Amino acid sequence: MATVVESKKACAVNPLKMSQPLGASYAFMGLDSCMPVMHGSQGCTSFGLVVLVRHFKEAIPLQTTAMNEATTIMGGYDNIEKAILNIRSRAKPQIIAICSTGLTETKGDDVDGYIALARKKHPELADTEIVYVSTPDYQGAFQDGWAKAVTALVKQIPATDTPRDAKRINVLPGGHLTPGDIDELRELIEAFGLQPVFVPDVSGSLDGHIPDDWLGTTLGGTPLSELRTLGGAAHTLAIGEQMRPAALALQERCGVPFTLFDRLTGLTATDAFVQCLSELSGQPVPPRIRRHRSQLVDAMLDGHFHFGNVKVALGAEPDLLFAAGSFLAEMGAELSVCVTTTASPVLARVPAEKVVIGDLEDFETAARQAGCALLMTHSHGRQAAERLNTPLFRLGIPTFDRIGNAHKCHVGYRGTRHFVYEVGNLLMAQIPHHGPDHWPLPEAALAAARGEAAPLLHAIA
Amino acid sequence: MSASLNAKIAEVFDEPGCDKNQGKSEKERKKGCTKQLTPGAAAGGCAFDGAKIALQPIVDVAHLVHGPIACEGNSWDNRHSASSGSTIYRTGFTTDINELDVIYGAEKRLFKSIREICEKYDPPAIFVYQTCVTGLIGDDIEAVCKRAAEKFGKPVIPVNAPGFAGPKNLGNKLGAEALLDYVIGTVEPATTTPYDINIIGEYNLSGELWQVKPLLDALGVRILSCISGDGRYAEVASAHRAKANMMVCSKSMINIATKMQQRWGIPYFEGSFYGIGDMSETLREIARLLVERGAPAELKDRTEALIAVEEARAWERIRAYKARLTGKKVLLITGGVKSWSVVAALQEAGLEVVGTSIKKSTKEDKEKIKEIMGDDAHMIDDMTPRQMYAMLRDAKADIMLSGGRSQFVALKARMPWMDINQERHHAFAGYEGMVTMIAEIDKALFNPMWAEVRTPAPWDAIDPLLVEQDAAQLASEAQPA
Repeated sequence: MATVVESKKACAVNPLKMSQPLGASYAFMGLDSCMPVMHGSQGCTSFGLVVLVRHFKEAIPLQTTAMNEATTIMGGYDNIEKAILNIRSRAKPQIIAICSTGLTETKGDDVDGYIALARKKHPELADTEIVYVSTPDYQGAFQDGWAKAVTALVKQIPATDTPRDAKRINVLPGGHLTPGDIDELRELIEAFGLQPVFVPDVSGSLDGHIPDDWLGTTLGGTPLSELRTLGGAAHTLAIGEQMRPAALALQERCGVPFTLFDRLTGLTATDAFVQCLSELSGQPVPPRIRRHRSQLVDAMLDGHFHFGNVKVALGAEPDLLFAAGSFLAEMGAELSVCVTTTASPVLARVPAEKVVIGDLEDFETAARQAGCALLMTHSHGRQAAERLNTPLFRLGIPTFDRIGNAHKCHVGYRGTRHFVYEVGNLLMAQIPHHGPDHWPLPEAALAAARGEAAPLLHAIA
Repeated sequence: MSASLNAKIAEVFDEPGCDKNQGKSEKERKKGCTKQLTPGAAAGGCAFDGAKIALQPIVDVAHLVHGPIACEGNSWDNRHSASSGSTIYRTGFTTDINELDVIYGAEKRLFKSIREICEKYDPPAIFVYQTCVTGLIGDDIEAVCKRAAEKFGKPVIPVNAPGFAGPKNLGNKLGAEALLDYVIGTVEPATTTPYDINIIGEYNLSGELWQVKPLLDALGVRILSCISGDGRYAEVASAHRAKANMMVCSKSMINIATKMQQRWGIPYFEGSFYGIGDMSETLREIARLLVERGAPAELKDRTEALIAVEEARAWERIRAYKARLTGKKVLLITGGVKSWSVVAALQEAGLEVVGTSIKKSTKEDKEKIKEIMGDDAHMIDDMTPRQMYAMLRDAKADIMLSGGRSQFVALKARMPWMDINQERHHAFAGYEGMVTMIAEIDKALFNPMWAEVRTPAPWDAIDPLLVEQDAAQLASEAQPA
């Protein structure tokens, strides 16, 4: 439906996009007892850390190989080796997950080879899983990094001989799903008597809980033991087009068939998911879920008055753009401006005329031209919102000027209901309040009413 | 790294204004003053980060980052350096280079980016920041900037501080070098007065400069330029006509102060806006230097009169908290100048500082700490988060003051925490700021919420947070392999 256009500018102004290694590191934060590491200069890690801390208001485990000019040119083997040994002895993670950066990719470090060599030299590393994913900064975006990280995990860790368990379901959530979204999906799946394993599971690690101890690694998330037995699941559910490569890789390695849902925000989108769960489990849809569906229908009825014909400017990564945009269109809003970060097959299916792969300058300029009444993007849209004097609905990472981001939930019947209410209330708050003097009569009309000769006629004469 | 950048780094490491640096042998000095980073156990920003922090507060300049998306996309608009006018410094500009640029070179993209910025935003100047990847592929940003400056008729300043050159502190200095090489001394101010000063190393975080400026305004002292908080390009360019320089923030941009002294004979002093005593001392130093440089001597008398009034007003407001705060224990995890300047202020309010981190402090900083806190000062060189956590949990401290990144160490131990680093939202400078800081500490300590969150659930006999940790285990974890 939409034409996908790439911004032709040389200079990106006010970036919407964040980098691949950050998306990959974030994915690894959804594994239990894991230490993600960026193989690059320490600034790469430092910036990424600050973004995630400010979004989640949580301690973020993220290390660096601290490359400098000399080690970059000579090759990063020593730094990788030292980083692995140091992390193993200090933080004692079960998994060390390494993401490359622009710096080390430009040089061309053979990290897979380095890891093999380090393992050979240090047999004690046998107790630690080491995963590597290639994520140059100058390619793709945050969601691509997430997708590559999950693909690397399922290609390497699951055993191929795990016996099948009809109750077990693998879920591969896209990086656009919040911890709150994952909690909601878990409840839905468990309501059918199925046992879901989320890979990764940021709802275990970044949901803002108070742990019983202080550890340097992730606390909570998918345990390594469950990663190893992914092959024993009856089925895999992949959420978001970005997860297709990971679902395919898992199918290829362990023979687990998959179903991909390109979004779970919306009534019919959730219906398809619930129907699939019912079929997989052989169970009828429980009354509680039917009730939630009915509540969403009511919310949509109440909300549609405020969404109808509202021009929205939407800036988000492809899968989030598609999920929010499709539902906004279903509620009667008009997607006047769509800006995204990276290429994806879903972009062509966005119900808009055009999707631009660009930045927040493109977003702001187009929103001004189209006269949008609502902006929807991450917190960096706040400057545009101020300049355009238009309300901003914060969506996506980073949302650094609001709290509770982990618990935002916009999937399933209940999540979609929240979305309707949150956006609907923001739109309601914009309804102008009129006063007695908002529709003044023109001077000519007043003069006429006073019984004076109409000046208009004099003018013609 | 280009030969010119190598020479520049060697130059900033040879710092006549730093005693520690001068005490080293020639060979040691070449190694620089930064500790070697430990892979897998490092934290903190890179040289690019440091340069950007130092220069971005110049508010009417377009700051263009030449590199892949990570450098700007992951970091832009994340500081609270305030502006009283232009907001272009908060606009994120980056060349966002792609794979083909890496292969063929990205100089053309950089040149086009500069042109687009000139056409769309027309700022008085553009600063171009080098990054690791564009440095590694050999993009010559100096040449591109020179060509662009000629073509577009405005200053285009190369800032050569790629991330892999070193840590944040080095980047501060390399950013300062760019100002010295290309900016300061290039514009003449419209007028000069005997009361003109520059403030160097003040970034106007949360508008802190404006807590101090009214004091200077009242005395008739003019800030010719602030480098760089709420700075304007033309002001920074004309900074060489000031009568005196004040250097804030320890050593982050000391090279500007020392080189301005060498080139234009402008004397400088090191001062702080944090703490009541320090604020007064700073005002006295400004008056002293200006009078030495020819301002009428009565400036000193007016300064003393102002200090007397303002100190009394601040003390009176802090006294209201002293009874409540006396004996409360503070753990201070910050660095540099704040490791001591804040200590004095806390003691003024009756608080006891049980530890202060010196990881980023210079030798002088450490001596100041001893001077203020005595020989038994608990200086912490490098504390692991787990050790901080244990210290807070065992109630060896009542509140932690630190940067945003370590806040959860305190919060997860259900202990009060207050932000004193760059991401904070409160302004703590001058007399006004100290009162605010004490009020904020009081607010954090006495919030009734702490009692609520520390009550264990009825079904939990023992609160797992209260189980003692093994000290030996914690110490062994702190040892790198």
